[in-house]
Amino acid sequence: MASEEELLEEITSSEYKYGFVTDIDSDKAPKGLNEDIVRLISSKKNEPEWLLEYRLKAFRHWKSKVEPEWAHIQYPKVDYQDLIYYAAPKPKKTLDSLDEVDPELLKTFEKLGISLDEQKRLTGVAVDVVVDSVSVKTTFTEKLSELGIIFMSFGEAVQEHPELVRQHLGSVVPHTDNYFAALNAAVFSDGSFCYIPKGVRCPMELSTYFRINEANTGQFERTLLVADEGSYVSYLEGCTAPMRDENQLHAAVVELVAMKDAEIKYSTVQNWYPGDKEGKGGIYNFVTKRGLCAGSNSKISWTQVETGSAVTWKYPSCILKGDNSVGEFYSVAVTNNFQQADTGTKMVHIGRNTKSTIISKGISAGKSHNSYRGLVKVNRNATNARNFSQCDSLLMGDQCGAHTFPYIEVSNSSAKVEHEATTSKIGEDQIFYCNQRGIDTEKAISLIVNGYAKEVLNKLPMEFAVEAQKLLAISLEGSVG
Amino acid sequence: MDTITKATQSQKEKFLSQFKENCCIDTNRDLQNIREAAQAALEKLNFPTTRDEYWKYTRIAPILRGTYHQMPGSEPVDLGPTLIENMDSYDLVFVNGYFSPEHSSRLESESWLVLPLSEARNNYPELITKHYGQYADYEKHAFTALNTAYCQEGACILLKDNAQLDKPVRIINLTQGDAIAYHPRNLLVFGKGSKGAVLLSYETGSGNHAFTNAVSEIVVQENAHAELFLMQHKSDTNSHIETTQVFQEKNSQFQATTITLKGKIVRNNLNVVVDGENCLTRINGIYLTRGKQHVDNHTMIDHRQPHCESHELYKGIMNESSTGVFNGKVFVRQYAQKTNAFQSNQNILLTDQATINSKPELEIYADDVKCSHGSTTGQFDEEAVFYLRSRGIGEASARKLMINAFAADVLEYISIEPLRDRIEAYIEERYETVL
Repeated sequence: MASEEELLEEITSSEYKYGFVTDIDSDKAPKGLNEDIVRLISSKKNEPEWLLEYRLKAFRHWKSKVEPEWAHIQYPKVDYQDLIYYAAPKPKKTLDSLDEVDPELLKTFEKLGISLDEQKRLTGVAVDVVVDSVSVKTTFTEKLSELGIIFMSFGEAVQEHPELVRQHLGSVVPHTDNYFAALNAAVFSDGSFCYIPKGVRCPMELSTYFRINEANTGQFERTLLVADEGSYVSYLEGCTAPMRDENQLHAAVVELVAMKDAEIKYSTVQNWYPGDKEGKGGIYNFVTKRGLCAGSNSKISWTQVETGSAVTWKYPSCILKGDNSVGEFYSVAVTNNFQQADTGTKMVHIGRNTKSTIISKGISAGKSHNSYRGLVKVNRNATNARNFSQCDSLLMGDQCGAHTFPYIEVSNSSAKVEHEATTSKIGEDQIFYCNQRGIDTEKAISLIVNGYAKEVLNKLPMEFAVEAQKLLAISLEGSVG
Repeated sequence: MDTITKATQSQKEKFLSQFKENCCIDTNRDLQNIREAAQAALEKLNFPTTRDEYWKYTRIAPILRGTYHQMPGSEPVDLGPTLIENMDSYDLVFVNGYFSPEHSSRLESESWLVLPLSEARNNYPELITKHYGQYADYEKHAFTALNTAYCQEGACILLKDNAQLDKPVRIINLTQGDAIAYHPRNLLVFGKGSKGAVLLSYETGSGNHAFTNAVSEIVVQENAHAELFLMQHKSDTNSHIETTQVFQEKNSQFQATTITLKGKIVRNNLNVVVDGENCLTRINGIYLTRGKQHVDNHTMIDHRQPHCESHELYKGIMNESSTGVFNGKVFVRQYAQKTNAFQSNQNILLTDQATINSKPELEIYADDVKCSHGSTTGQFDEEAVFYLRSRGIGEASARKLMINAFAADVLEYISIEPLRDRIEAYIEERYETVL
């Protein structure tokens, strides 16, 4: 089918549109990683003693570990001594309005189509913009603080709410969790902190934009989100990064804590630089995301649209500890060219009557590899646990791969666990059917892919859905409307 | 070397030394070369631990710790318990791994050979060397290497081109005595256009704590049609590791049914390489565990050529504090376009102490394929039980019916009726008191 091949060709050849570098002076630490660097980061950020201790403990643990190799991905090993672990745009001043923000930076966001004032005026979304590790501007903090909601950069939170940070930092993802989590705990630069007090329903979608800017800078974000009893919050995270030839490392940690009756909805759109058509460059994305449903009737929902990064290693998970707690995972992962994604989730059922849903949609094109790797674990005492998993893969082109590695471990007789997965390509009969109804092949593919991913896209908040579709379109240009 | 490695190292040496004593030497140079290569590989290989992904859920330390004897059975052979009513078959009987000619029917004819492997090696070396040791990978897998290095006897079934076996062949492996260990090695070659069914069964006559490590290589040549039944019915103190390596050529059909009823630690590695177009592969399994049993089924279907179809269905019922493991992998290579592969695993846990670990995997490198897998874990449908009861069927009978229906999906593919009846009877016996 010639036209289809042309389309695939077009898809494979579409360029990354968000590649550019902002020219801002930055304050950098020397290359390499040792205890002195960890101390330097800590002192730069004026951190209390306990946090430095935590970092050092994590660093020592990291040194004793080796990089994991079990994932279905291949990449040249990262030289951790050849990276810069701290970079901050300077000068750093306290800013009250957008006018004070570096105009270069504002331009960057305009190019991305996420202009701050635009967002501020039209959508009412509070944006905590993170450019190379240090939070430059936090909007709406004041408005949120009226409700008692704390939403600020991690660094500020350490200064202003040390007791909250100390209580929850590492409680969901301990520094011993894995290689990348240990690295992050040792050198995390900044991130976001959010606390929703008891019974408060956050009136707006909270959002953070990450952006790796400085060449050769590892970025180690740390997000900690605590929803106290009976609260609700929807958190958005979106990522774009400028084009670079060297591979950039990103090892973030996201921790969510949902207390009794609390609900957290965490949505991600990830569109970091995936590398060029030859598979050169691109971001290495090694992220540990985990939510703890600590109280009864709590709920954590992860939604992710993954279109970027050369290598993705990411498993947003839910620990369903509270009785009747609910975990959800909705994912669309698109890989093209030489991208590799090994992503999925873990649902650990500990409490009684816990429920989890996993919907994962993979689309692979070009020479990419897309793997789903997930764990559903039902503990001995998790009576009446319920899980439903569905993992579908769509293959476009005969050079790519789609893999499914589910782990299902059940130790309770009342558990109901279902898993199903399918792998197929877009059926010629489906395209033929559309053609026959007067829809050309390009639109038909768009229609089919849209329909295929709809189940997940529907879960995104309104403001994000538009951007998510834009990103899908960039990744699979020519086939998605 | 850290202490853990040292500990496993000394354990490995102690374990291996028990078999080294009884090592035999092949007069055929080619076969002896394979044996020596396997012995060399074994020196380098470590026995797997749960840190190995492939053995993640199965601890074999209890097997390695054991002290074993290799000797012929001392008691008179009683085949009574292995009897399958109305089953007419050619039998090859091995006791503790030694061929028992008085209970066996050797066949040597124009169309087929059904012989103990040692005899086939001596009389038909050119037929054996062509296939022996060519499929089961002893370079990577410690237990395959162990078998290849120290095996003594096994069954050899060779169907010549277009031969049709008029009766199924039964290979009975009987264990007698305490702490017996042996490594049965089977070679099954289905020539072009041939057809046949083989039942490979493992039974315990007497004794406890035995260990068997079996390897079977099966070649299904062009247009051949092969059926294999694996029945594991050893006592609950005996452990068993079974590796079945199948190689399918074009237009061939292969069907395997693994029935695991008893055994302490049972591990099945069933690997099918589909290396020809238009093949049909169907692998089914049923495992019924109880007590502290641990049954692990690992399957792999490697689709190398286009236009093939594979179906896989494994079902298990776990009772008491037993553990079931299923790890099925479907591998579709880039060249294997138009592959249809379907895999399903269904489990029922009867108690809260039972565990199931299921890992159905798909690894797909071709785009024009239809592949799916599914895994479910649950319990009996209470509504169905209620329905039956509302029709005047007692609760116990209703549950028994449900178990029969659950198993029937697998049993219906067993073409040998007396065998199917026997297995149904086993299942009925098993759940007589439980429900």
